[in-house]
Order: sequence, then C-alpha cells, then structure tokens
Amino acid sequence: MKKGPSELKQTPGTAGSQKAYILTWLALICLTAATVAVYFMHLGDAGAAIALTIASIKAGLILLFFMHLRQESRLLQGIFLMPLLLVWLIIGLTVLDVFYR
Amino acid sequence: MTDNPAGHKDTEGAKLGMWLFLFTEILLFGGMFLLYAIYRTKHAAEFHKAAEDLSRTAGTINTVILLTSSLTMALAISEVRKGNRERSLAFQGLTILFGSAFLVVKYFEWSAKIGHGIFPNSPELMKLAKGEMLYYGLYFVMTGLHGVHVLIGLGVLVYMLIGTFAGKINAGNFIQLENSGLYWHLVDTIWVYLFPLFYLIT
Repeated sequence: MKKGPSELKQTPGTAGSQKAYILTWLALICLTAATVAVYFMHLGDAGAAIALTIASIKAGLILLFFMHLRQESRLLQGIFLMPLLLVWLIIGLTVLDVFYR
Repeated sequence: MTDNPAGHKDTEGAKLGMWLFLFTEILLFGGMFLLYAIYRTKHAAEFHKAAEDLSRTAGTINTVILLTSSLTMALAISEVRKGNRERSLAFQGLTILFGSAFLVVKYFEWSAKIGHGIFPNSPELMKLAKGEMLYYGLYFVMTGLHGVHVLIGLGVLVYMLIGTFAGKINAGNFIQLENSGLYWHLVDTIWVYLFPLFYLIT
C-alpha cells in the first residue's frame, strides 16, 4: 500500500505529548463543571442545546487528542465523519418529522 | 511498517480495524439516542420530572472519574512507547481502578433506584406517567449497556496489564494497548453524552 509522507513518520502509532494530555483533561473537567453550572441556571430548551454543544466539544477533545484523530490520515478522519453524520442526520430528520407531524 | 520487520505486524491495519469496530459501536448507541430524542421530544416535561430524581452528584463524580481514567489510559500508552514499563503498568492499574470506581458508583445508583421499586417492568414503574416510564426504560438500557462496555473494557485492560507485565507489550509492540485505549476513550465519549441527557434535563 502506498503511504503519504505524513503517514510514514507516525507509525506504528500516533502519540501526543503528556502535557497535551493533561491540558486536554483539564479542559474536559472545566467543561464538565460548566455543563453542571448551566443545568442549575434552568434555561429550558436553551439549556438542552448548550448541554449538547458542551458534550460535543468534550467528545471532540477526546477524539482529537486522547484518540489522536488529529494526527491520523485524512482518510481515517474522513471515514470517521460518516457514522457521526449518519447518526446526526437520522436523529435530526426523525425529530423534525415527529415535531411537525 | 518498519517497527517490527521480523513479526510483520500490520499496525495501520490493526488500527483501521479497531476504528471500523468503533463505528459499529457509534451506530449501536446511535439507535438508542434516536429513541431517546423522539421520546424526549414527545414527553419533555415528564422526562424532566423523572430526571430530577437522579443524583446529580453521583453523575458528576462518575463523569470526572471516567474522564480521569481516559487521561491515565493515554498516559499509560505514552509511557509504554517510551519504554517505561513500570510507569505504564502504574497508569494502567490506575485506569482499571477508576473504571472499577465508576461501576461501584453506578451500582449504588441502580441499587437506590431498585430500592425505591424503580426497575424495568416493576409495579412501581408502571404507575408512573408514560413519559417517566420511557425515561427510566431508556435510562436502564442505555446506562446498562454502557456499564457492560465499561466492564468489557476493564477485562481487556486487565489482559493488557498482564501482557505489559510479561513484556509482550513493549516499546516495539503496543498496538493492542493502543487499540484498547481507543475502545476505552470511545466508552468515555458515550458517557459524555449520557451524562447531560439523563442527569441534566432542564
């Protein structure tokens, strides 16, 4: 299999620096505190949207830094978007259907 | 692949295979998130009422525990890459400890609910409003399936710990540990969504 130059240098795996891991963890803890704080503001629908946005930022941090998706090949990054888009599309369209029925 | 010419290990392929497996996991939980989204849209007020009875404290503690276990998992892989076997073993042990702590908290949460007569198909549950029944149904299935994933992850990590201890997982061969890490992080990511969806409904 042909490999691009960016793929060659990172085998047999991809690594992040330990400092980056600890900073990622700190950000995740802060975002957890933020989402709990938003809960106690009782914002209703807006609160749900904020909670989901914060959760997605947290998931993104885990994927990019802990799971090294940031350093993976464009191919893997591209493939990874597919199940995510699929799930969001299915949920989004179905909820719209139920809501406006 | 030049890391292990004698063994001809295809680490890129192994990793790609792991990611493909993770996609199926996303779709597995995705189906449940779909059910959740629809029932919550239809029964917003009852979902809110039922969620009030969960312990925010337990949920937050478990979130912090699982996020921290992801950090120790990442550090365990980082240490094994550098050839620090002992430090990697320590971080793997910590990850197993945090994962177990998560399940202990979960055990107490479920016991409290079951103690109040709230469990699937219980007479107490059947008396509740439809939305609350649906909420608890999804709560038990989704956190239950997630708990099973944590349990499987712990089993895999114990296996990795033994492998690292025996020297089979080392600076030249750690793809199994890395893939176990990917699995562990994905289970953590799913909890990142379960936490606000079940504990923080306003």
